Amino acid sequence: MSARERILRRLRAAPQSLAPLPPDVCGFYAAERKRSAGDDRTQRIARFCGQMAGWHGEVIPVTRGSWAQTLRQLCIAKKVGSLLYGRNTPYAKVLEDAGIGGLTPYDRPVDVWKTDLFRDIDAGFTTTRGAIAETGTLIVWPDANEPRLLSLVPPIHFALLDADQLHGTLIEAMTAQGWGAAATPMPSNALLISGPSKTSDIQVTVAYGAHGPKELIVLLLVGEGEL
Amino acid sequence: MQRGTPSDQRPTDVYFFATCLVDLFCPEAGMDAIALLEREGVAVHFPQDQTCCGQPAYTSGFADQARSVALKQIQLFPNDWPVIVPSGSCAGMMRNDYPRLFADQPELQAQARALAGRVFELAEFLLNVLQVKWNERVQDRSEPVTVAVHTSCTARREMGTYEHVHALLGQLAGVKVVTQEREAECCGFGGTFSLKLPAISAAISDDKADAIKASGAQSYVSADCGCLLNIRHTLEKRGDALPGKHLATFLRERLSTPDDKS
Amino acid sequence: MAVSELKFVPASEFKQRTGAAVADPHLRRSFRTAMDYLMAKRAAQFPDSAALERQRALAEHIRKYSLSRLPDLLEQLERQLTANGIQVHWAENGEQANAIIVGIAKAHAAKLMVKGKSMVSEETELNAAMEAAGIEALECDMGEYIVQLDGEKPSHIIMPAIHKTKQQIAKLFAEKVPGASYTESVDELIGIGRALLREKFMSAEIGLSGVNFAVAETGTLCLVENEGNGRMCTSVPDVHVAITGIEKVVEKLEHVPPLFGLLTRSATGQAITTYFNMISRRRQPGERDGPKEVHLVLLDNGRTQAYADEQLRTTLQCIRCGACMNHCPVYTRVGGHAYGTTYPGPIGEIFSPHSMGLATTHALPTASTLCGACAEVCPVKIPIPELLIRLRGDATHPASPGHAPLAGQGAAASLLMNVVWGAWATVYSRPALYRAVTWLATRLRALTPPIQSGWTRSRTPLKAARRTLHEELARRRGK
Repeated sequence: MSARERILRRLRAAPQSLAPLPPDVCGFYAAERKRSAGDDRTQRIARFCGQMAGWHGEVIPVTRGSWAQTLRQLCIAKKVGSLLYGRNTPYAKVLEDAGIGGLTPYDRPVDVWKTDLFRDIDAGFTTTRGAIAETGTLIVWPDANEPRLLSLVPPIHFALLDADQLHGTLIEAMTAQGWGAAATPMPSNALLISGPSKTSDIQVTVAYGAHGPKELIVLLLVGEGEL
Repeated sequence: MQRGTPSDQRPTDVYFFATCLVDLFCPEAGMDAIALLEREGVAVHFPQDQTCCGQPAYTSGFADQARSVALKQIQLFPNDWPVIVPSGSCAGMMRNDYPRLFADQPELQAQARALAGRVFELAEFLLNVLQVKWNERVQDRSEPVTVAVHTSCTARREMGTYEHVHALLGQLAGVKVVTQEREAECCGFGGTFSLKLPAISAAISDDKADAIKASGAQSYVSADCGCLLNIRHTLEKRGDALPGKHLATFLRERLSTPDDKS
Repeated sequence: MAVSELKFVPASEFKQRTGAAVADPHLRRSFRTAMDYLMAKRAAQFPDSAALERQRALAEHIRKYSLSRLPDLLEQLERQLTANGIQVHWAENGEQANAIIVGIAKAHAAKLMVKGKSMVSEETELNAAMEAAGIEALECDMGEYIVQLDGEKPSHIIMPAIHKTKQQIAKLFAEKVPGASYTESVDELIGIGRALLREKFMSAEIGLSGVNFAVAETGTLCLVENEGNGRMCTSVPDVHVAITGIEKVVEKLEHVPPLFGLLTRSATGQAITTYFNMISRRRQPGERDGPKEVHLVLLDNGRTQAYADEQLRTTLQCIRCGACMNHCPVYTRVGGHAYGTTYPGPIGEIFSPHSMGLATTHALPTASTLCGACAEVCPVKIPIPELLIRLRGDATHPASPGHAPLAGQGAAASLLMNVVWGAWATVYSRPALYRAVTWLATRLRALTPPIQSGWTRSRTPLKAARRTLHEELARRRGK
């Protein structure tokens, strides 16, 4: 008999005097939402920005017309000599046309340039799938166009977020985006990112840039009137 | 847990379960608790056959021995009167652990449950059931005093009687309650823990004594005799003369001034 | 890295160790400061106690529900992971788990394994097994890296190096990290670790991680972390091996947010961690990074023993937030190393007897005043004090009829204690005898011994009153 069979057999042999009903998580959050004052888009944006600031992340409101130039200026100001990005995203064309120096596509398997990726890239740019206002959290689903390490290895992470995709809570984002549903199965890797990497492992003193990015800068796409 | 709030039936008779620690080490607290109840017009019955709730054996993992002692206590209170216990810890044992202790004996468990339903911690009973309103009839003119309160962990977390002690003390104009650092932390007694792991117990107890001293209180009060003895004897060993009293004694002394109009 | 001998204490010596542990003022201050900080941070996250109670009730429900369906969910998880291309392995104990992982590493001719934080791998002592097989196992969580560098084990499940001051860490780095000079700046110390470890992420052939939640329905492994080392270990090397206890599975993705939200708030007082990393597949065709192979090792190691008993099963509700240790007056005084177990503090006291057996751990359940602070803050409402009492009984008695004995059942049974408690029960269940004995005690109060076991170590002797309350009241009635 295998370890698997023995473990399962022991579990199945255990008494089960209680059979709890499936928890109604969505019902729970619906009830919680009723208790709280609802939020509108403006409040969600304000909440997101406040929370992200608490995580040491920077949020810069931009428009569809201005974001790439804002990014270019940020790269100059932060002396970014090489900006890694993913091709074939809906935003790639605008980015490629923005005149950013050292723009580098992540278009090869990591295996062939791992050392360069770790040592030579100053910043990474990713789009996002949305964000969560309650906790100041970006939703990032890496894929073939925007690989996982884009948001991890470069010391600065620029993330473009459409304010239309700002959800109140994690459960709202999961439900609205249908995570794990047949149409949107879970990707190889899905991420929630709340600020730059950090640690408090030495005397509970927070230090940023533990292993991943030292800076996280969110370009928040809003309407002209919301700037 | 809120018990007996508010009660429209004010009991005329109660049982008093003193606890073994009060019996042997702080009998004055027992006398004072009885006096407090009597001055509210309640007849107090003390079954002479009571001993201990059984908690020391129970928490040490000796359930059979605890059961044999608990069984005797369950049979001591035939009338349907409230059972008043001047200790959150022992009241918690009788209210919450007795039914568990007799889980395999349905008949005894039913008895244990019935008893559990009328067990009250002293402060809880005074405040919620008797609804004492001393501030309306007592001029607390004895010397103003600042006190620190140590609430036993059972009272705080299991019995929910933390607020009660504060509410009762709040009825006495001359009493100022000061807070201590890490007030919610255990005093380090833990029953047999203090004997089994004395070094750790001492470390926790010393911190509690430090916190009470540092609070600037002139005195300290606890509604549990175990914690009280632990803190008192710890302070004494350090040569600190800070006096500590059981809640019952403290209240009875304050309420027995000539200004007491009741 | 040279492997120094582990400064590790056997759990069986817990009692003897406590005196030294509480007598170390540096250690006491480190833990006191850190625990005060963590308690305050947690409290700030839960301003509304009623809302917290609703969340705890839901989290407890989710964990109880998941455990009630555990064998089914594990099979579902395995099916789904396999369909997703992730290989699933089962291990009954640490040795088997280590053999599986060593086997995977050898199949890839790995020389270096980078490790994200995994308490389960601490439980199996994987590092030693890897080193024995000639493979370097390098801890990459900053705290874990620090304790590994010093040949120690974690002293806290969330904050592994919490027992160390920055001066100690500065000295350690200056001595052991090539090229590092002495600095007490936390930013610089972290910078030293970062530079060294990023080189290692690049060269490691294999990465190891733990798992916080495994979702059966979607076949998703969820990891909670702040540093990014977990992401590095699970996305840079060609092979990712995750290891977890069998109890970590939940049925649906929607069961995760309530647990995740309470986990981070209870652990470090953060509303969320920097990263929540959900892994459902290995690198897919067209993807440019991520591991080409992903494995999950499911570990029993005593969990089925806890599971077999419905009361003890509640132990498995744990989501490893560490709040119980942060709030424990005993843990705060002795620190994590004194316990000699992978999981210290209250959760360790109720879990270790299953993973290690009561023969070595029987003293641990006594390391509690039963103050209940642990249960009060537990986000999944494990009745820790009740379980401690239960295990105190199991440690000193044979299994009750109808219950299978635990490993090491009755290991602390002692004739003396049986006699003491037997005598106690005799006196306290015979009222006349009790009154006689206590009457005698009051009359002999002048003979009160000045030394009373452990009590008088830090207290003046307990002295009986002049008269018991029984006697006072009998007299009063007689008047």
